Formats: sequence, C-alpha cells, structure tokens
Amino acid sequence: MSEFLQIAFAGLALGARYALVALGFVIIYKATGVINFAQGALLALGTYMTYALVNSAELPFWLAVLGGAAATALVGAAIEALVLRRMVGQPVFAVIMITIGLLFFIDQVITVIWGFDALNLNDPWGVETIDVSGVTMSVRDLWTLGIAGFVLAAFFAFFRFTDWGVAMRATAHDQEAALAQGISARKVFALSWAISGALAALAGVTLAAGAAAVTPGIGTVALLAFPAMIVGGLDSPVGAVLGGLIIGLTQALVAGYQDDVAPWLGDGFSGVAPYVVMILILLVRPYGLFGTPEVRRV
Amino acid sequence: MAKPYHGMTRRYEDELRLFGSRSAKVGLLLLVVAWLFLPQLISGDFWLSILNYAGIAAIGAIGLNLLTGYTGQVSLGQAFFLGCGAYVAAKAGGELNLPLPLWLLCAALFGGVVGALVGPFALRLRGNYLAIVTLGLVFLGEHLFRNLTGVTGGSSGTSVNAPTNVGVFDVNDATIAGTIWSPNQAWFWVIWALVAVVALLAKNIVRTRPGRALQAVRDRDVAAEVIGVRLGTYKVWAFALSSALAAMGGALYGSYQQFVSPEEWTLFLSIQYIAIIIVGGVGTIFGSILGALFLGGLPALIEEYSESIPGVQTSASDSGFISVASFNQAVFGVLIVLFLILEPRGLAAIWLRVKTYFKAWPFSY
Repeated sequence: MSEFLQIAFAGLALGARYALVALGFVIIYKATGVINFAQGALLALGTYMTYALVNSAELPFWLAVLGGAAATALVGAAIEALVLRRMVGQPVFAVIMITIGLLFFIDQVITVIWGFDALNLNDPWGVETIDVSGVTMSVRDLWTLGIAGFVLAAFFAFFRFTDWGVAMRATAHDQEAALAQGISARKVFALSWAISGALAALAGVTLAAGAAAVTPGIGTVALLAFPAMIVGGLDSPVGAVLGGLIIGLTQALVAGYQDDVAPWLGDGFSGVAPYVVMILILLVRPYGLFGTPEVRRV
Repeated sequence: MAKPYHGMTRRYEDELRLFGSRSAKVGLLLLVVAWLFLPQLISGDFWLSILNYAGIAAIGAIGLNLLTGYTGQVSLGQAFFLGCGAYVAAKAGGELNLPLPLWLLCAALFGGVVGALVGPFALRLRGNYLAIVTLGLVFLGEHLFRNLTGVTGGSSGTSVNAPTNVGVFDVNDATIAGTIWSPNQAWFWVIWALVAVVALLAKNIVRTRPGRALQAVRDRDVAAEVIGVRLGTYKVWAFALSSALAAMGGALYGSYQQFVSPEEWTLFLSIQYIAIIIVGGVGTIFGSILGALFLGGLPALIEEYSESIPGVQTSASDSGFISVASFNQAVFGVLIVLFLILEPRGLAAIWLRVKTYFKAWPFSY
C-alpha cells in the first residue's frame, strides 16, 4: 500500500507540472485560437534563465524563480507581438507550423548560449525526502505540488475577480463583442502569452530541480502536456488541470506496475501511455472531458 | 482572323490539359532530358545522393500535400508511415525476396491500409485535435518500432537488403550498353522516374472530380457535404493515399540507405515533411518537389560550406558559437517562420510569378 501511495504521490507531482504547462496551452488557445507548440521552448528558456539568475547573478533561489518567470513572460509577449500577431486570420495549419518553427529556433538559441551539458540548478530542495508513515516523498515534489496549487488558485482567482481576468474571459468568449466594449484584444493576446510563459517557466524549474538537471531536452515534457490538454478539452482551464493530474498519475502508475502486470507492452511504455489515454478518451468524447463541442455553422 | 494570344485558353478542356501549351511540352522534354543526362553530368556521389534523398522525400511530400494541402487535414504522423514502409521493405524485400516493384507495392498497400485505419479518427476530429492525435501516433509508432524486435530489430535497427533490380537492370550493379554505372547514378533514374509517376498520379487526382471534392472539403466541409461530397469517404481515402505514398517513400529510403533504426522516425521527420510542403507550396504538387529539393539540398550545402559561414563551428577547437547541426535546425525554424509570414504559398508561387513576368515580357509590370 505504501508503495502505491508513494507512486501516486510522485505521479501527482508530475501531473502538477503537466497541469501548469497545459493551463498555459489552454490560456493561449482560448484567447487567440492558437495551439502553441513553442511552449516547450518557453519552458526550457525559463528554466535556463532561472539557472542563470541563481548561478551567475547569485540571487536567492525564490527571487531567481520569480525573475525567471517574469523574463519568460516578457519573451512570450514579445513572440506574440513580433510573430503571431501577423498570423491572425491565417489557417490553423499555418499557425501551428509557425509555433513549431519558433520551437526549433528558440531551442537552438538555448544551446548556443548554454551549451548541451546538464547543468545543476542549485536549488535548496536537493534530493531530500520526508517520510510520512512509511511513504517516502521528495521535498522537491512537495514544493512542486505546493507551488502548482498556489499558482493555479491564484490564476483562477485572477480570471474570476480582476478586470484583466474578466477582459480575458470576455475576449475568449466573443472577440468582437469584447472589442466593442473597449477591451484591447492586442493587450489580452500579449497577456495570455505572458501568463503561459510564466507558467511554463515554473513547470520547468520544478522539473529541473532536485535530482534532475537542466538539459536542452527539458522542453520535450511539453509534448506530454498535449495529451493532458486534449484529455481535459482544448478550451477548459479546469480540464487542463484535471487532465494534467490524470496523465501524471497514469504515467507514474504505468511506470511502477507495468513490468509486473503487462510486460508485453514493451520497455518504456510509460512514455507513450499518455497518448494511449488521450486516444481512448477522444474516441468516447471527441472534445475531451470538459471541452466545448464545436458548433458547425454553414 | 487574327491569331489569338498563345497563352489564352478558350475551352474548359484546354484549361485542364496537363501539357497543353507549347511551353509546357518543351518544359516536359527538358525535364526528360535532364533526367536522362543529369547522372552523367554530376557523377559525384555527394550531389547525386542529395538528389536521390530529395526525390525520396518528394514522394512522401506529395502524399502529405494531398492530405494537408488539398484536403486540409493537418497530419504530424507522416514519420510513422515512412517507418512502416521501410520495415515492410525490410520484410517483404529483404526476407521474402520479392522484386522491387512488388515490395514497393506491398509497402504502399500496407501504408494505405494503416492510414485507412487512422482515417476514422479524422472523421471525428478536426484541425487542432487531429494534429495532436497524429502527434501521438508518431510516439506510439516509435514505441512499436522499438519493441517489435522481430520485425524492426528493436532499437539497434535492421538492415534492409531488398532486391534492387527492375527486370534485368540492377540498381546496385548497373551496366547499360557496356558502360558501368555507379549505384547512385542508377538509383537516380529509378527514384526520379517514380517521382514522375507519383506526381502524375497526384496531378491527375487533383485536377479531376475526386480532387475537386478534396478541395471542397478543405475550403468548407459543411458546404462540401451539402453539395454532395461524402466527407467520410473522401477523408479516409485522402488519409489512405497519403499514407501509402509515405510508406512508398519510406520503403525506398530504407532500401537506398540499406539500414534503418527507430531513431529516424521521430516527430522531427514529420515536421521536416511539413516544412517541405510549406516552403515548396501548400496545395501544389510541383511545390512538393521544389520543397524537397530545397530542404533536401540546404542542410547538405550548409554542411559542405560550413567553414565559410561566419560563427559556425566545424570542429571542437573552432571559434564559432554554433555547431553545424544546431545551425541547420535554427535555419530550418527560421525558414518555416519566414515563408509562412512572407510567402505563404511557397516556392511554387515565386516560380509562378517569375513565369508570368516573362510570359508578358516586355509589357510586364
């Protein structure tokens, strides 16, 4: 039982990271109708910038994390203003591809600046663990859950209670009506990219902390957040969080038990289990668990 | 009666003809001559292998263009079907010893059937959802390729020893009229002949009734359904056809380099194919070939002349700040972004503009 709890706990922590990334996807998608494949690059960039703030600028860790998130938010807003704004009204395919182009470009910029080596984030959490009645939990995962929980609550409060949050929801709901009310769609678009950049940076930092390291491949975790977003429904923030937790749990449980239960699925099945879950759920609900079914008008 | 302007078409049938005008016939003749004599002009393996890889990529890219460019279904799954084709070539060609046309056909059939199985997803899902499901397909495929060790040799890969002769003409041991040709020269003829056949097939599909139906689905699927296009049938067929062509390209790829491993069938490969059709021109057959030549040639050119590009590091001791591989990928990303913003219709549109300019010369403006 304690083994199960331990695996489930690690899975939830992993899921919290997916939830952060997936929420970033959903925010951009709701505001601008774009699926941002460059999210992985933003995640890596945020992690590396935090690394630079900790190790080169020698800031305290918490300040570096905030600084990294803020810097990534700026980069996100800049990408929106310089590139994505020109793509308004273009077909879905073109917009997806432009974010993929950005992904390749930013990934290479990162390796040019920081190289290919694995770097140590020098976070205060380290590899310490806490033992609660036989269940071993790493401090890093506890912090991940804490940070993710706090940030997600803060963002939901932001959407619910602040003027900007309401403006974002209004724009997502009906862009023209929002424009008519005097809401600047440009600012809302830039703000959504900024928020999702900050979320990606936080996810990246919690991923690279502890026993893990900062590597150029860290952005690939965003590819696993795609199933999380799809499972929850493309346009549902609540769905993104739940989807993230479902995918994280699935992955951890499969990694923990597949060798005993179903070895015929092959080595490393936990890496593709999220996609299997995604396809199964889409077969039953083509718009995810909480997504809005698309109304097709002539 | 004054002779009408030679470029004017007066009947619908003329508009549909492939090689109607005199300039088109001359162009076709030039292409055939180039196909025959190019391997003799450039006998170096470096350039020939670039052209051969570009030809192989063109086949898969034409398939993707039928699906994405003409039918509007975004697919990131092309790499999976390429992989399927390569392993069918290893199995049907290498182990069952079927001749080249047969194992190519087997690969195409297998790819088509698998594609038709994926097709129904396309019926339920649109746009963004479909893109991500096909992304999942690439990862699932990679997992399968790594674990079905009996067929694919697992992570260490498998050699593809498919027979390479067309009749008495063996690609790897080619003798024509007493002259011995290198495998690369012989492969060039085979691959580019296949490109021509596939391009002709695709062109014939898109300029006739099924092609118009596919484009109607792309432009507005509800409207297409209303005027009597069976959405389900056409989407599944587009998927099957695109996958069949991809598998054929994959089979050629495997057989050409004689060895394949699962590392090759990744998301990056799929994205390369999408880049090919974006750079070449979405919704044009000709553009797929142009794009394949351009994106096939560019990395090789960068590699070859990397020493003269400032900032690029060619060896570990060099002073540059970016490695050749990184530079390649960055160029690749920038190209996609620039083409989409500045020339969304790709090289094909540029070519068309140049052609129109000279057609009306000296009165072009």
